[in-house]
Amino acid sequence: MNLFVILRRLRGLIYKETLQIFRDPSSLLIAFILPAIFLVLYGYGLSLDVKDIKLGIVMEDTAPTAQSLIRSFINSKYYDIHVDRSKKAFENQLISGKIKGILIIPQDFSKKLRNRGNIAPLQLITDGSDPNTAHLIQNYTQGVWQNWLVQESYIQSKNSAAGLINMESRVWFNSELKSSNTLIPGIIAIVMALVGTLLTALVIAREWERGTMESLMATPVSIVEIILGKIIPYFILGMTSMLITVLASILMFKIPFRGSIIWFLVLSSLFMFISLFLGLLISTVTKNQFVASMVSMVSAFLPTMILSGFLFEISSMPPVIRLISSIIPARYFISGIRTLFLAGDVPELFIFNSFIMFLLGLILFLITAKKTVKRLD
Amino acid sequence: MLNRIISLIIKELLSVWRDKKSRMILIVPPILQLLVFSFAATLEVSNVSIGIINEDNGIISKRIEDRLIGTNIFSKIYHLQNKDAESFIDTEKGLVIIHFNQDFSRKVLNKETGNIQVIIDGRRSNSAQIVMGYISQIINQYNLDYMVQNNIQKSNSIVITRHWFNHNLEFRWFMVPALMAIISLMMGIVVTGLSIARERELGTFDQLMVSPIQPFEILIGKTVPGLIIGLAEATFLFLIIIFILQIPFRGSLLLLYISLFIFICSVLGFGLFISSISKTQQQAILGAFLFMPPAILLSGFATPIENMPSWLQPITLINPLRYFMAILRGLFFKDIPVEVVMTNLWPLIIISIITLTGASWFFKRRLE
Amino acid sequence: MQKQLIKINNLSRQFSKTDKFALDCINAEIPSGKITGLVGPDGAGKTTLIRTVAGLLLPTSGIITVNGFDSIKEADEIQSIISYMPQKFGLYEDLTVIENLNLYADLKNVTGDERKSRFEILLKFTDLNRFTRRLAGALSGGMKQKLGLACCLIKKPQLLLLDEPSVGVDPISRRELWSMVKELVDDEMGVIWSTAYLDEAEKCDNVLLLNEGQLCFHGIPSELYERVKNRTFQIQNIEGSNRKALTTALNNNKVIDGIIQGNNVRIVTRKENIFPSNQELSSGINLKIIKVEPRFEDAFIDILGGGPGGKSLLSEKMQIIPEYNKDIIVTTGLTKTFGDFTAADNISFSVKQGEIFGLLGPNGAGKSTTFKMMCGLLKPTSGTARIVGYDLRTASGEARSKLGYMAQKFSLYDNLSILQNLNFFAGIYGLSGKQKREKIEQMVQIFDLKQYFNDSAGGLPLGFKQRLALACAVMHNPPVLFLDEPTSGVDPITRREFWVHINGLVQKGVTIVITTHFMDEAEYCDRIGLVYRSRLIAMGSPDELKSRIRSEIIPDPTLEDTFIELIRIKETQRQAT
Repeated sequence: MNLFVILRRLRGLIYKETLQIFRDPSSLLIAFILPAIFLVLYGYGLSLDVKDIKLGIVMEDTAPTAQSLIRSFINSKYYDIHVDRSKKAFENQLISGKIKGILIIPQDFSKKLRNRGNIAPLQLITDGSDPNTAHLIQNYTQGVWQNWLVQESYIQSKNSAAGLINMESRVWFNSELKSSNTLIPGIIAIVMALVGTLLTALVIAREWERGTMESLMATPVSIVEIILGKIIPYFILGMTSMLITVLASILMFKIPFRGSIIWFLVLSSLFMFISLFLGLLISTVTKNQFVASMVSMVSAFLPTMILSGFLFEISSMPPVIRLISSIIPARYFISGIRTLFLAGDVPELFIFNSFIMFLLGLILFLITAKKTVKRLD
Repeated sequence: MLNRIISLIIKELLSVWRDKKSRMILIVPPILQLLVFSFAATLEVSNVSIGIINEDNGIISKRIEDRLIGTNIFSKIYHLQNKDAESFIDTEKGLVIIHFNQDFSRKVLNKETGNIQVIIDGRRSNSAQIVMGYISQIINQYNLDYMVQNNIQKSNSIVITRHWFNHNLEFRWFMVPALMAIISLMMGIVVTGLSIARERELGTFDQLMVSPIQPFEILIGKTVPGLIIGLAEATFLFLIIIFILQIPFRGSLLLLYISLFIFICSVLGFGLFISSISKTQQQAILGAFLFMPPAILLSGFATPIENMPSWLQPITLINPLRYFMAILRGLFFKDIPVEVVMTNLWPLIIISIITLTGASWFFKRRLE
Repeated sequence: MQKQLIKINNLSRQFSKTDKFALDCINAEIPSGKITGLVGPDGAGKTTLIRTVAGLLLPTSGIITVNGFDSIKEADEIQSIISYMPQKFGLYEDLTVIENLNLYADLKNVTGDERKSRFEILLKFTDLNRFTRRLAGALSGGMKQKLGLACCLIKKPQLLLLDEPSVGVDPISRRELWSMVKELVDDEMGVIWSTAYLDEAEKCDNVLLLNEGQLCFHGIPSELYERVKNRTFQIQNIEGSNRKALTTALNNNKVIDGIIQGNNVRIVTRKENIFPSNQELSSGINLKIIKVEPRFEDAFIDILGGGPGGKSLLSEKMQIIPEYNKDIIVTTGLTKTFGDFTAADNISFSVKQGEIFGLLGPNGAGKSTTFKMMCGLLKPTSGTARIVGYDLRTASGEARSKLGYMAQKFSLYDNLSILQNLNFFAGIYGLSGKQKREKIEQMVQIFDLKQYFNDSAGGLPLGFKQRLALACAVMHNPPVLFLDEPTSGVDPITRREFWVHINGLVQKGVTIVITTHFMDEAEYCDRIGLVYRSRLIAMGSPDELKSRIRSEIIPDPTLEDTFIELIRIKETQRQAT
């Protein structure tokens, strides 16, 4: 079989696919508009950084010491403070969700504090119905209070602490602790998974439904050419979509990009191919746009959202689910690009991630190749 | 007239039930999601790998190490050399490194302050912060014990924290009731969204249009089944949540069902709208999927609405899921009274009225 | 040199273990140099056979060779020598005409000068020269067909496979397509043309007749006629209703099949040269019975064991429709515009009670639009339609309760059982309680639906689907019945059955409005309205219309000839102005 003949057929198929992409509004919608919407929504909508937490302070003790403590809280960037004398009003607000926590400065607080024999307790009540925020309130309160103690010389940080332990923390790679820095790379992965899998699955399923796949198969074109003729244009489309998304995220969310372009291209190409093969497999097996879209959502979108470490920490999941997570390609991709963005190049990590993705891609490709035959049954 | 509507409702319910595909969609995804979300989706941190660089090896650092091991948070503890620190974090082998300086124990025993450095991986900043919180609690506890042991007349104040409604800050209690809301949303939209589109695709829509049935009867006939199915689905999930997952429900059942009813009504309007503008079932599904993730995201499901930027927060005001989520969590956790339920319920009522009338009007216009 | 291009040996195909055989032990040889017709109703197995020949489906058992290549092992070689046009034409709707052609040229490796010259020839041949830059999706049905054919012919194949190429296309385009293909056939090319239209089969050189997966006949059409030699007659000069005459004839033991042809009745007898006497037919003293040439359909019905009798249980049980003095359907100035495109222009006519009125015309002419306006599916831009005096726009509820509707391809609820479908339709037409139960029971009895009672409607055989759809349409005793291509794709027997019921209903006073592409069916109409380019260009009984174009060139026109001619005349008039 002449190579030129094959290339000509391939070129014809790629050209046809490209024309269809531009003329079909739904393709452009999924490839460009949908990612933009997702980026804005998830980028701004998802945030684990609490700010302006509504905290109610019950000032049972009105002494200047207490007031100074309260001022510390008011000045803290974490809180939006309301002060009251009675607990009752705040309790109702906690129940109705208007405030997230109550700090009670008991009557004898200043007295006990001065009197070095006692321990002067503060009471913090959090709204446990939002556990993540509750954790953070606990942490931040600890921080503000401790700083106040140092400031008021109740504790000297360097001496007279007499055998106590002080904890210093350093944050690598994301010193401002912006949650968007950690989430945005994950959003990019979700977008790619969506475009790569959903789009491909829909488009090919549509060809089956319209009968054009059938007439293609009756020509001398081989199944490999048909697959390549689809994968190549959609790979280019997907990568373009992704590059735009990445640029947008850097511009909009001011995420740093500290790694090298080459590694970026390697990792993202691998992930893109995997997504495309998955889409191809789904459309070949389902041959129906409706079912294809549902299966894509379940097999590409959801695992990328939930099981990839994007939002939820993998180590905290039960063992069975951790096992499932280990075959989700998005997990390795997200780990890779998060590092690329925030830390820079870590070749050891990248090689590992690329290798696993390559293996997963290969397995997927083999399954797809087996399933995609030039037959209608 | 009633006869016609009832016939239509029965037919819709039968269609959904007898179609293997829809039966699957109604049963499998909800159960799957319930399972996955209750077990996988958690912002808790556990089973963490931690690295310890102990240049000291003295008695105090050993004690601290013991305390760290004693908690259940750290499953893998690596002892590292200083030079390994970078690659340990870089390659994501561990989330956190604790560094004891050479003279740590000496300083502490000398009644000076001992410093511990904690390095966290900012790439997973949320989890890292939570771990930092745990470590700092351990350190504080050590400090407290030390003071008590040595009778230190040192005034120290502590913060005693109590978590109301959820003592152990069980994340599952937070996530799972939310699923009831989300899955009811999904079912409501999918069932109503598909119903009209399916008829168009099958060609039976013409058959309906040619009969004496009036447009508003068709609307009722299409929305009521969605309501019934949504309520049934929600009840099914509720029973699983209460009895199998054993998550406590402290509020009023009556208020729950009233709110559920109104919530589903508000959702049906959206589904109907999507169905009216879609010519095929596939378009309807895409429409539903375009609508759902933003709705779910902007509802306070995983991350609080208060964390969103101020320009985004007002958009959540038209999201019915936001209100129902608040009611649901309130009822589960806090047994909120009627007044509090009402503050979230009346926006739902308004949304229901608007979407249902809007969709009806649109549907009628589409028929012309 | 003609040769046996395709050899089919004991071919069987079963789609899953429990399904019936889509193809059952087929043995045939198909020559090159001829057009072989693959004929049979929907579900007969035509598409399955074609796909198996093309190597796109594996046989469950048996062997097919195309030009010596085995379809299982050498599918690639087969695919390099065939051209295949599937049912939806295989066109890319988002691509222009020329882009479609270029794609297929690339795929078949036709390049350079060869491509240029082939394109020139094909574009001229199909008259698509002016449309090269138009999107394939924007072409009319006939043009799409021609483009599909052109794409198949870019490289001259040894075997041309056409899967129902003439379906849903008006008679004019059908004829054009046929003549195009006829021109192409030479010794080196064989053609398989599959169709459900039995009259097309008559024109083929060679015919394979399939029914329910089995090969009923294989040979030249004239061999088939041998079966019904001397058994086909036409009854002329009928006094009174031709439908009554048909019913009488069908009830006679000597007759196994009969249809209406204008004012006459055509019958097929059980034995050669033995036909009912004038007395038996009791349709007037001037009755003439003459022998006529047999047709394909006669033989097919004979193979299948003969058509149904004349009795219609349905019409016996149905209530008589009360007499309505005025015209029961009146349309005045019905017009529908979509933007600046006028789909139907000022259409006015009326239908009397008890008439069968046919609305005919090429696709896109406006007949579907008119039909839909008449039954309330489309709102007219202007003009009115009245059913039993009720205006469809202002009194839509009452008007709609007076009409019954049967959609093309019987839109039933596939998932629901027969009983559930009946229950539903009874409910929305206002039947309830005892009345509903009794009516449903009656329908089940009349249409013999008991055996499939709880099965899902989607899985029923086509004939039963049709019965169920008809039952659902008449449960509320409507005085008017609208039928949208009610028998497209069904086998002749099912079609006969249907018409027995319809004729019976008409005798009880029901009025019928029907659209169809099937000319034989049009003969059953009392009057026909021909719609062309959004206007009503002719109206009259079938015989009346035929007489208009009867001439020396065409002494005995068929309805198809009539329409083609009437349209041609109109088109010439239009061009002249």
